[in-house]
Amino acid sequence: MEKTTFIVGLDGSEAGARALAFAKDRAKADGDCAIIICYVIEWSPFAFQTAEENAKRHQRREAEIAMARERVLDPSLTMTKAEGFDIEGVVRHGDAAEILDSLAREKAAKQIIIGRVGARGLKARIFGGVAGRLAAASSVPVTIIP
Amino acid sequence: MSKVNYIVAALIAFFLPAMATAQEAVGLDQRINTIFADYTGWYVSFIFAPFPGTDFSWIALWLVVGALVFTIYFGAIQFSGFVHSIKLVKGDYSDPNDAGEVSHFQALATALSGTVGLGNIAGVAVAVSIGGAGATFWMIVAGLFGMATKFTECTLGVKYRNEYPDGSVSGGPMYYMVKGFKERGLPLGGAMAVVFSIFTILGALGGGNMFQANQAHAQIANVVGDYPGWITGVVLALLTFAVIAGGLQSIARVTSKIVPFMGIFYVLVSIMILLINYDQIMWAFGQIFVGAFTGLGIVGGFTGALIQGFRRAAFSNEAGIGSAAIAHSAVRTKEPVSEGYVALLEPFIDTVVICTMTALVIVISGVLAQDPETGLYIWNAELGQITTAGDVSGVALTSAAYATAFSWFPILLMVAVVLFAFSTMISWSYYGLKAWTYLFGEGAMKELIFKIIFCVFIVIGSAASLGPVIDFSDAMLFSMAIVNIIALYFLMPIVKRELHSYRTRLRSGAIIKTKI
Repeated sequence: MEKTTFIVGLDGSEAGARALAFAKDRAKADGDCAIIICYVIEWSPFAFQTAEENAKRHQRREAEIAMARERVLDPSLTMTKAEGFDIEGVVRHGDAAEILDSLAREKAAKQIIIGRVGARGLKARIFGGVAGRLAAASSVPVTIIP
Repeated sequence: MSKVNYIVAALIAFFLPAMATAQEAVGLDQRINTIFADYTGWYVSFIFAPFPGTDFSWIALWLVVGALVFTIYFGAIQFSGFVHSIKLVKGDYSDPNDAGEVSHFQALATALSGTVGLGNIAGVAVAVSIGGAGATFWMIVAGLFGMATKFTECTLGVKYRNEYPDGSVSGGPMYYMVKGFKERGLPLGGAMAVVFSIFTILGALGGGNMFQANQAHAQIANVVGDYPGWITGVVLALLTFAVIAGGLQSIARVTSKIVPFMGIFYVLVSIMILLINYDQIMWAFGQIFVGAFTGLGIVGGFTGALIQGFRRAAFSNEAGIGSAAIAHSAVRTKEPVSEGYVALLEPFIDTVVICTMTALVIVISGVLAQDPETGLYIWNAELGQITTAGDVSGVALTSAAYATAFSWFPILLMVAVVLFAFSTMISWSYYGLKAWTYLFGEGAMKELIFKIIFCVFIVIGSAASLGPVIDFSDAMLFSMAIVNIIALYFLMPIVKRELHSYRTRLRSGAIIKTKI
């Protein structure tokens, strides 16, 4: 039988840590499970940039990925691996809700687990936060940890 | 702000009083003008020299003929590839693994922010007030041809760019001149690159800087009343310096976000005015079409309209000048041709859409005086243009035309002109810097020297009425096109080979859509 995969959205916040803790509980209960933690760097191909930003973009992107790994993913990976879980980390650029959903499809995940962060800013109020949009459009079940 | 930035800011502050004094001392302005005109006047006259018996500068024809040659050579790529270009910009063919890199859309938007500006607002007004409605027709025709030039230069820009170990990129005509000529076994590539770089630096300081600063100040003074130009210059110079040297990317980011919306808003207001006057749209198109072939009473008739339209298109979208090849080369793609496709949308947006909107509103608003009986324009021989309300031209004419529908428009136009000028300066500071580092090598100190020179020229541009200096630097901008288009003629077989390979793989399914 194939392993059951959980996708966990991490953003370095307390809520993200709670989501990972919940995933670990589920994995323990279910037995043969894999956890994929994903950090999404908010990015849009339609944002406007200056010529100089464009020229240095590749460099910036590498730095962003390295920082996300170092600050958010690696500590969680080390800790969770030490506890005996099957876990991997992914960093991607894009829209958080879209990336988590496409990752779930790509890895044939059973569900997506994210922490609930209160709506931040005007954009989140108008268009809904990541949790709201994911719950509305995801192709796999979503668990939102309060 | 680092220590170096403080020192530079202090240096600028030190020079300011000197500039203010220079402005007050009109004599100094005039002396500089005279000296400059004596030494450079012949070159300016040479670049903008008309064909005997016409007032059509050969440089505009050089750009239009180039565009025509590329259109024929690449089988009217601007029409056959238009839909594919849109799909590329939408990201239909983008590799998901490249998320976070520079997208096709971003490269296009950045290049556009350097070209959309005063040319679309003031330049069109000048063209229509001299060439009549018919100039619009020829402007559209030249804009459509220019799309093929951009395709050629931007494909080469990406193909021959330098990618450095730290991941940053540098590209542009100087790189394809050297590498492309070497690949084809042709001599003089290096020499052309050096000449092109010198023209680019001078063009960046002039057309891409002093002219913009000068016009931005003129527009603000026009709305709020006259005040010393150096004040505008200092504010613009400090803002620019904060962006390009101080690393204050937040200002650049705000500008790069506002400018596109300003452009979209400008087009929307134009469409609204056209909709309000919907019953006149067909009449306006009739005027444009008839005027294109008869001139409707302007001096020079048919050729008068053609000259003005061609000139405006060539000067507005920068096709063939080579600046776009620098801007587009930062894109993340394995296919240089794909960026060529994207770049061909630039003259379309700049000239065919935005310039045409300005022209249509001016025609429909009725600010150009026409004889009610004959329908011919009333020519003002003294000013050398069609009689307009208040005998205005340039930005003021565009402003008057839009104000016939919305009285608040001149204020919006002032904001738009200043923002467009600022974003054009930021873009050209980058083009100039790339040419500078090509000549003198990369390095923080060398780059800082150029950035300081660039900012000092902003103050000079807005404070002084240095006509001959600005004329000379404008001539430099078009000198870039002489070298660049020669290089394009020699390198176009390489682009054709790339295009053939790309199209074959597109048909065979080797290049597939990533977005369904």
